Amino acid sequence: MTLPLWGRKRRNEDLEEEIQAHLTLAEREELESGRSKKEARAAARREFGNVGLAEETTRDIWGWRWLADFVQDAGYAFRTMGRQPGFVAVALLTLALGIGATTVMFTVINGVLLKPLPYPEPDRLVMVHGHSDTWNTAAYGEQNLAYLDFLDCQREGRTLEMAGSVYTGGTVSKPGDPEYVDLREISPELFSVLKVPLLHGRAFLREESQPGAAPVVILGYSFWQRHFAGNPRAIGQSLVLDTKSHTIVGIAPARFQLYGAEPDVFTPAGQDTAAYMRSRGPHPVGTVARLRPGATLAEAQAELALIARHLSEQYADTNAGRTFKVQEWHPDVGDVQPTLWLLLAAVSLVLLIACVNVASLLLARAISRERELAMRVALGAGRGRLVRQCLTESALLGLCGGVLGILLANLGIRPFVQFWPGSLPRAEEVQLDWHVLLFALAASLLSGLLFGLAPALRAPTVNVEQILRGGARTIAGSARRLHSGFVISEIALAVVLLVAAGMLGRTLLRLSSLDPGMNVRNVLVTRMALSPATLADKGRIRAAWQDVLDRARQVPGVESVVTVDTVPMREGNNQIGYWTSPDVPPANKTPLALANSVSPDYLKVMGIPLREGRFFDDHDRVGSELVVVIDEVLAQQAFGGEDPIGKRLWIPGRDSPLSVGKNEADAVRIVGVVGHVRQWGPASDDQAQVRAQFYYPFAQVPDDLLRRWSELMSLAVRTRIPPINAVGPLRRELRGATGDQVLYEIHTMEQLARGTLARQRFLLLLFGVFAGLALLLACIGIYGVLAYLTGRRVPEMGIRMTLGASARDVMRLVLRESIGTIFAGVGAGILAALAAGRLLKHSVEGMQPAEPLTFAIMIAVLVAAALLASFVPARRASRVDPLVALKYE
Amino acid sequence: MATQKDRYQNRTEILQGTLDLLILQTLQWAPRHGYALSKAIRTNSGEILKVDTGSLYPALHRLERKGWIAAEWRKSEVGPRLRVYRLTKSGLRQLQSERSRWQRLMEAIGGVLKAGKKESEA
Repeated sequence: MTLPLWGRKRRNEDLEEEIQAHLTLAEREELESGRSKKEARAAARREFGNVGLAEETTRDIWGWRWLADFVQDAGYAFRTMGRQPGFVAVALLTLALGIGATTVMFTVINGVLLKPLPYPEPDRLVMVHGHSDTWNTAAYGEQNLAYLDFLDCQREGRTLEMAGSVYTGGTVSKPGDPEYVDLREISPELFSVLKVPLLHGRAFLREESQPGAAPVVILGYSFWQRHFAGNPRAIGQSLVLDTKSHTIVGIAPARFQLYGAEPDVFTPAGQDTAAYMRSRGPHPVGTVARLRPGATLAEAQAELALIARHLSEQYADTNAGRTFKVQEWHPDVGDVQPTLWLLLAAVSLVLLIACVNVASLLLARAISRERELAMRVALGAGRGRLVRQCLTESALLGLCGGVLGILLANLGIRPFVQFWPGSLPRAEEVQLDWHVLLFALAASLLSGLLFGLAPALRAPTVNVEQILRGGARTIAGSARRLHSGFVISEIALAVVLLVAAGMLGRTLLRLSSLDPGMNVRNVLVTRMALSPATLADKGRIRAAWQDVLDRARQVPGVESVVTVDTVPMREGNNQIGYWTSPDVPPANKTPLALANSVSPDYLKVMGIPLREGRFFDDHDRVGSELVVVIDEVLAQQAFGGEDPIGKRLWIPGRDSPLSVGKNEADAVRIVGVVGHVRQWGPASDDQAQVRAQFYYPFAQVPDDLLRRWSELMSLAVRTRIPPINAVGPLRRELRGATGDQVLYEIHTMEQLARGTLARQRFLLLLFGVFAGLALLLACIGIYGVLAYLTGRRVPEMGIRMTLGASARDVMRLVLRESIGTIFAGVGAGILAALAAGRLLKHSVEGMQPAEPLTFAIMIAVLVAAALLASFVPARRASRVDPLVALKYE
Repeated sequence: MATQKDRYQNRTEILQGTLDLLILQTLQWAPRHGYALSKAIRTNSGEILKVDTGSLYPALHRLERKGWIAAEWRKSEVGPRLRVYRLTKSGLRQLQSERSRWQRLMEAIGGVLKAGKKESEA
């Protein structure tokens, strides 16, 4: 029966008209029987009876009673609220903060974790991965597909429309300044499979995805905005990518993302003639697919397994043991999930405290309104009606708080997302939508119910007369217990948040003081793209790098400079299996180490200590014996107590520069041992699966692999001046003869080191804010409850003082009660905090277990604040003038 | 308070059942508005049954809500618009079952009364 109000209004008018018509007809008849007009009207009225009652009874038939009651209750609630602006302001502010914070967290969770993929019909999209028994998924992630395998699956498959993309990069040298871009080589079907229409122009044609076809590109929206100012006439213009002129044929729509990033430029994968695209060995193609109408995931899986079996028979040397997996495609959000849920839990605690606070305020009010309510019972209001009225009030309060909370959340979401350390995955999906509004609405109503229930259930029932007759100066024991219960739960919740904040603080302190194993001060690291023309010519690459190092050394303020492929504490690493004898087990059985190819000055630039033997020098080059330098961890893992210098390592795998064959002569020789560097950052390194490290000379990378390695190279520069000041001169000096060599992703080592602790720092800050909020709310709650309770006991205090109690006695009496409550809350809080601490330890890297000191400090803070809050009412009670107190009633 | 509530329910129950039957029966031959309906009932019962208007309109609206009668506004020659009720198909079915129920009730009461008469004669 949720008829809109206008329907109700019309019916009321109809009813009135109907009854008026009745009266008119009756009156007319009386007139006809010869009475005077006045008499006729009176007679008709008399005949009819009570018009108002008849109308009301009829209205009830239509079931609007509840609505009328609700409107009445709401009006009443608003009037009562209007009489207590202070109470309403405090309650609304408390609720708005609680609901606002919770809504922000839910909005983030909704956007990042709950929303489906940002493509049409996302539930029909799947991912295709390769799989073989020797593949170490834990270390390398899911296996992609070889390009030729991808083409076969695409051609043979009947259940899937497949599309592939290869992640790579390139240098765009025209138009504008040379820029290193995020490049995706895609199969022509990508946009149609994702059902994403291009903004301008067209997708690639199938015949464009062939070797030797005319070079074409599609631009990403942001790149197009940057370089063509969003001009649609970019279509047909040319773009110089890796020295080759390409025709622009299309523009991707705004916010189009592939695997969580917006690519700058797309090219057709079929035009790439690189060896790794023309062999079934390497597998660079990330494959997505849409299930054809009617096809199921299981059917697709069965079909691809069959294709894989055919391929493994046909190409045994590359495809033996390889199969394909079809999996549901979920957005990859990395490891933010536990952090987000943790924050939602923390925020919910704050909301809970807010609810308890409002509940105790309401309860205090409910008790002082007892006489009013009793009066209403005496006048005939049912108990259910009173409970409903109280709940209407709290629901309204909750809803108003919720609306304010949503407004607050709307302001808070963007800063929160921007403030997220690093970048929040799927940040663009984080928006207020109807899911969020529904959540906020539910949260507000639930809060309203939560804090309204206890006061509502106190609506008087039996002893109405007693309440009306006696002064309302006595407080029933149950009310006092309820009040204490509120204070206890508030304190317990605050303890949980305080201890969590304390644990995070201690963790951060410890982690920041850990030695990263290197000197992070005054080091600049930057990725570098050589001129595309140089890269295309194998013979020139080595000289080009040497030229880069020589030039960089000339820049004022630069102390030393090296090439390095993976930088500690930066994203990206290279895990390679190793073995200490020639009979190397299958790839997924060998231990893994982090391999890093560097130039000779590496220890000097990074400040890593040499423990034993030597580091590389200019004599280690192609043709000389292959050498490596290992870190302490690898030395311990592989050789235990033995001296590793002079021993050998065998590196399995096809694509490693260090694995030439299986002969003794092809193994690499260990020439030095260096200190361990916390590659994964201070927080995670101790728990990382792969910690062992070894270094090999960039100069010994064979010519065949030189181009691939050069595409991934970075520079590390130790400076005498603040490293950021060296960026400009380095950029200018290293631009190269053709002016198209670029530095990108520039950081200082200090930034990177700080970045590894960003999440802990962020969590500490938020938990600190939450804990502070909780402490404040709890103190307001304690103050409010005590002020109220002692206020009601003024006459009692008066009697006590008349009978000889001193001000100090009275104060002690009040404080003793509040201390009991505080410690009960602390006790409950400690238990809850222990449980919460365990949860925290599981979801935050490097988390220290909760220890007594943290508890002691945090609880001392809380108890001090709580005592302060109870001191004010206690003092007021002790200053009561007995005479005034006794006359109080 | 409790007894009051029971009394109220008793009263409506008796009235309701009978009043509903009377309304349905009276509407069977022609659609009528509320005033005509109350007059018809009074006339047809030989001025014995006087419909309490305080019950008539709630009853009409209740029957309308149950779908047994339907209402529409009609212009009248005398002046005000009139809300005219007519019997619906399901109302007709309801009337038949109400009538047979009433019939049985009458027979049963008649039986009891007759038996009482015999006993007192004996």
